Amino acid sequence: MLELKNLSKTYRTGDKALHNVTLTVPKGQVMALIGPSGAGKSTLIRCINRLVEPTQGSVILDGTDVTALSSGALRKMRRKMGMIFQQYALVERLTVMENVLSGRLGYVGFWRSYFRKYPQSDIDEAFRLLDRVGLLAMADKRADELSGGQRQRVGIARALIQDPRLLLVDEPTASLDPKTSRQIMRLICELCAERGLAAVINIHDVALAQMFVERIVGLKAGELAFDGKPVEMTEDVLTNIYGEEDWHATIREVDDEDADAGEAVA
Amino acid sequence: MPVSTNANGAKIWQLRNRNQTLARWAAYLAGVAIFMWCWQRISEATTWFFVWDAPRIAADIGSRAMPPRWSYMDKLWGPLWDTLNMATLGTLLALVMAVPVAFLAARNTTPSAVFIRPVALFIIVATRSINSLIWALLLVAVIGPGVFAGLLAIAFRSIGFCAKLLYEAIEEIDPTQVEAITATGASRWQVMAYGIVPQIMPAFAGISVFRWDINIRESTVLGLVGAGGIGLQLQSSLNTLAWPQVTLILIVILAAVVIGEWVSAKVRGAII
Repeated sequence: MLELKNLSKTYRTGDKALHNVTLTVPKGQVMALIGPSGAGKSTLIRCINRLVEPTQGSVILDGTDVTALSSGALRKMRRKMGMIFQQYALVERLTVMENVLSGRLGYVGFWRSYFRKYPQSDIDEAFRLLDRVGLLAMADKRADELSGGQRQRVGIARALIQDPRLLLVDEPTASLDPKTSRQIMRLICELCAERGLAAVINIHDVALAQMFVERIVGLKAGELAFDGKPVEMTEDVLTNIYGEEDWHATIREVDDEDADAGEAVA
Repeated sequence: MPVSTNANGAKIWQLRNRNQTLARWAAYLAGVAIFMWCWQRISEATTWFFVWDAPRIAADIGSRAMPPRWSYMDKLWGPLWDTLNMATLGTLLALVMAVPVAFLAARNTTPSAVFIRPVALFIIVATRSINSLIWALLLVAVIGPGVFAGLLAIAFRSIGFCAKLLYEAIEEIDPTQVEAITATGASRWQVMAYGIVPQIMPAFAGISVFRWDINIRESTVLGLVGAGGIGLQLQSSLNTLAWPQVTLILIVILAAVVIGEWVSAKVRGAII
């Protein structure tokens, strides 16, 4: 569904952020992208929707080469890629409802969006999504009145109202407390499962990634360093990606996971 | 770094070493010398008799200016209204012209940093560097005396001021919000309306009332060069040595400025 072929990005300063990354994400797969700061995770995610222009290689989404699109076609394509940000990136001075509806900007004309005259179907969908993320009562609040977890839920609703096929998620939990982090990750993964969405999630918290996703890809200095199931994530792999450290407490044991599953059933 | 080692081998740290300290004292000395020299030059060029006489003259004018001629107020309401209109409409006109200039001048929104940005910056500098009194002089010569010339003078003078503050506000916006709106597939204009405009609204409101407040003060003097408003009355009163009228006009100007300042403070408080 999503294919990255030899994707490279060299910034004007000469920093090589990505180097020949080739990766395929099948439909409906939730994939976590881990790696140390500066490994190119954010660049990778932004090259997919071309917020950052890749210098080489191609991004192919459902058979269309995103890197070859004209700016008009790119805007149409971006509608199919919802993005969720680390610092929520809500428009702080607009209401929650306006923020959610802004996900429809790619579908409505300028004056309609300027006067906030969205089609009723969009408004229905916005209410449905706000209900789904548990913020129906907040629709009229300004975005800067919300807590971090609430803001991220608005961000999720904004991405989903685009009716995307793919979610690009950039450090969704980096600014949240541990409990809210889990809730947000759970919500993202549930929504992906409900709608059959593929997702690429940049995440620092390895244990959190192992808890929720089906595939982990490690990035190291702009190159792929690991690609496998969460259970294959060993201390050696982490040492390879991040460098020498005592990783014992970071990784969840395989039988630990079974115990969790047992608890959930009971 | 003035770190030295003493005989016992302990490290000694001082803020400045000996040469730096001496250089600072020399600089102070030079400063005092220059001040004394300037003082002397000014003193030579001053007719001290007039200066010593100044309190007596001031007291004389003061005594003739009191009490204010309150009945003159009847003739001031019209010019006062003109002055307010000049300030308000001039500010609105300036804002209409300043907004596009600001977007063209801001690094993150300009269509071309090489060709268009310098033009926008030039407009800002040119309009800002010419005082509104000089604008009024020019405009009175071009379109004749009256309120309209004053209004345009206020507007032209304010473009640069408003555009400069606004483009600085545009450059300071949070780029991730813009990124997020771009990522939804929004068009260029939609990104502007959703990603940028909400972020600069508080700055825009603050700049508008701040400039309006300044313009009330500026428009009171434009009449001196024939551009309408209360300044016209001030000039004719000064010319005829009608000191009680001058006092009243100054009181009225003061009141107008105080009220303007109060309103702008209220508006700013309400918006931000």
